[in-house]
Amino acid sequence: MSSKGSAAPLFAALGDATRLRLLGRLSADGPLSITRLSEGTGVTRQAITRHLQALGDVGLVRHARRGRERVWDLNRKRLEKAKRYIDQIAAQWDDAAERLRAFVEAKP
Amino acid sequence: MLHIANKESSYTVSTDRIEKRVVLRAPRTRVWRALTNAEEFGTWFRVKLEGAFTAGKWIRGRLAVPGHEGVMLEMLVERIDPERYFSYRWHPYAVDPAVDYSAEPTTLVEFHLEDTEGGTALTIVESGFDRIPLARRAEAFRMNDNGWTSQVKHLARYVE
Repeated sequence: MSSKGSAAPLFAALGDATRLRLLGRLSADGPLSITRLSEGTGVTRQAITRHLQALGDVGLVRHARRGRERVWDLNRKRLEKAKRYIDQIAAQWDDAAERLRAFVEAKP
Repeated sequence: MLHIANKESSYTVSTDRIEKRVVLRAPRTRVWRALTNAEEFGTWFRVKLEGAFTAGKWIRGRLAVPGHEGVMLEMLVERIDPERYFSYRWHPYAVDPAVDYSAEPTTLVEFHLEDTEGGTALTIVESGFDRIPLARRAEAFRMNDNGWTSQVKHLARYVE
């Protein structure tokens, strides 16, 4: 998948509370089936399926067969990519803070 | 905010917020002046600001950052709580002179100051990235893919 063409959909996929909860759950306990993912959430299996498909479309989750059931798991590499926008702004603040340090520590 | 953890690793993916804490070996009064005196701010941040920081008022200036010289920077000062807290809003990564960012949401930048052993603890928080248009975030993301890392290295060399 090209990271260039899919950056905006990637952010869109992350901008939803239910989807973030699903990613968190898969991160802790994955791979999991849709039945397990919908347990105790108050969200229907159909809605969970749609959210997983949206996450799958941008490569954040993948599914596989485990026996007779389909299980979903997190794609950690893809998630790391989504973090890069914020990381580069954080890197700019790192630079700015070091210039501030040099400024205040050198000139009383 | 999404916290990802398993047995081997743990990290937090926040697409909305950056927080950075540094300890500066300088008195709080000194750090406060470097942050809130517009001329001093401009020296280390590398922007030539016109006027002074006033709560509720816009302040403008041109960037002196290598690669983005002359780009207009606009900041809306929110709150000035002497020697403790300073905050403003701006458009993050607004470095394309061909784009009018003024109608887009802003992020909030906050500086928190505290005394600490040997100097001043400064916490910088920038938040509100989730409100920034997806296309804009994707654009910055692409710029990153196209070699932002080497740009940062270049910047570091220039500073040293």
